[in-house]
Amino acid sequence: MHPAISIKNISKHYGALQALDDVSLTIEPGEFFGLLGPNGAGKTTLISILAGLVTPNQGHAAIMGADVQKSFREARRMLGVVPQELVFDPFFTVRETLRFQSGYFGIRNNDAWIDEIMAYLDLTGKADSNMRSLSGGMKRRVLVAQALVHRPPVIILDEPTAGVDVELRQSLWQFISRLNQDGHTIVLTTHYLEEAEALCQRIAMLKQGKIVALDSTKNLLARYGSVKKDGEGKTDLEEVFVNIMSGGAL
Amino acid sequence: MKHGLIRPPLEYGSGFPTLLRKEVLRFYKVGFQTVAAPVLTAVLYLMIFGHVLEGREVYGRLSYTAFLIPGLVMMSVLQNAFANTSSSIIQSKVTGNLVFVLLAPLSHLEFYAAYILAAVFRGVVVGLGVFLITAWYGLPSIENPLWILIFAFLGAAILGSLGLIAGIWADKYDQLAAFQNFIIMPATMLSGVFYSIHSLPPAWQAVSHFNPFFYMIDGFRYGFFGVSDISPWNSLAIVTCFFIAVSVIALRLLQKGYKLRY
Repeated sequence: MHPAISIKNISKHYGALQALDDVSLTIEPGEFFGLLGPNGAGKTTLISILAGLVTPNQGHAAIMGADVQKSFREARRMLGVVPQELVFDPFFTVRETLRFQSGYFGIRNNDAWIDEIMAYLDLTGKADSNMRSLSGGMKRRVLVAQALVHRPPVIILDEPTAGVDVELRQSLWQFISRLNQDGHTIVLTTHYLEEAEALCQRIAMLKQGKIVALDSTKNLLARYGSVKKDGEGKTDLEEVFVNIMSGGAL
Repeated sequence: MKHGLIRPPLEYGSGFPTLLRKEVLRFYKVGFQTVAAPVLTAVLYLMIFGHVLEGREVYGRLSYTAFLIPGLVMMSVLQNAFANTSSSIIQSKVTGNLVFVLLAPLSHLEFYAAYILAAVFRGVVVGLGVFLITAWYGLPSIENPLWILIFAFLGAAILGSLGLIAGIWADKYDQLAAFQNFIIMPATMLSGVFYSIHSLPPAWQAVSHFNPFFYMIDGFRYGFFGVSDISPWNSLAIVTCFFIAVSVIALRLLQKGYKLRY
């Protein structure tokens, strides 16, 4: 069976800026994987390469065995991406937006599934509302729904809870956990490290375009537990993150 | 939810019909701005120029108003085809929602075909609107409808392609406006919409032959009157070459992901 995501020796530079430097990574099907790092570490560039939005200067990436450049149709059908920015098309309603997204993937007569996703994300009441009229939280839900209309086995969420309230954050995490339990591979970037700790089975930490830590969440916590502990003797991911980013790479 | 979220593999088709439908719906939803307004503009041109130049004849037998109508129709077709692709691309780039199309498994050919056909459709709808309203001033004869259709399609497709190129190239509305106001608008206005180039001094006649828009207008007008400044076959050859050239450039930009994929 192919890995859900395979990244081999990927490098990307924008002029003099080295965004990614020889990054290699494999994510197995069904994993809940965290991609962490400070702003500018290269997380979004890596996601964009997987999504075909950015072309690497070197290396290869594949989704479920399909090369993202050479077999872009197969790779993109296997992948759902929730972008970081709250982007939307102001001309259309929620239902139209989801129908179009489904159609872009060549899937027609997908209304039953679209209704199901909207119900799951509490969007049914807003189905015929124009995207402009939605709150930020609702727009975020539509972004998640758009990533799911073609039922991709691999889902990448680029800071999906940035700037959303606690209630929505909780409900989104529940939904994403459910997706993972149903067999979807989830790749998540977030600055909410306590959530990454609770949800992710494995974590990679990026710093200045390089992977500086890659292990199971449990092992990362154990490995760095002796370095820095809180008052109750329990290490949290935030401490591990700060320690690794300050120079203690694996 | 009764079932898990992973389902058996779906049957996939092409995303092209949906992208085409979306691009058509985009201008349909703001029809006052995208269809009614350009029709009104063309009618105002006809009212003003038709009145000022009343009594003049062109090609020795046509009233100036009859001569002007096909030119205004074609000018509307061209300008609106350009506006459709250029505004759609720049808006999607600036607002960021182009990402939804870029994430989909659409080839550069499907992308190009959807945007260009939507541009042709808008151009033809506006052109038809102008024709129907201006027909009130006197329905021009239609000598050969096939020439009309061919030049309308090729002209709209060329301007749609130029709009696509301009939309991809421009990073902000200001740059797109410069492309439109300093290249498209003068080339259209000086293409013979309002006059036969035979009425120009020899030097300006020669200059007009370097304007590809002239051949689109002249060939289109031939379909109405069976008379034109140059042979419609020559115009067709030049317009077809121009269409191929701009299509190749637009397709190349899309294939390379110029300013779309980094």
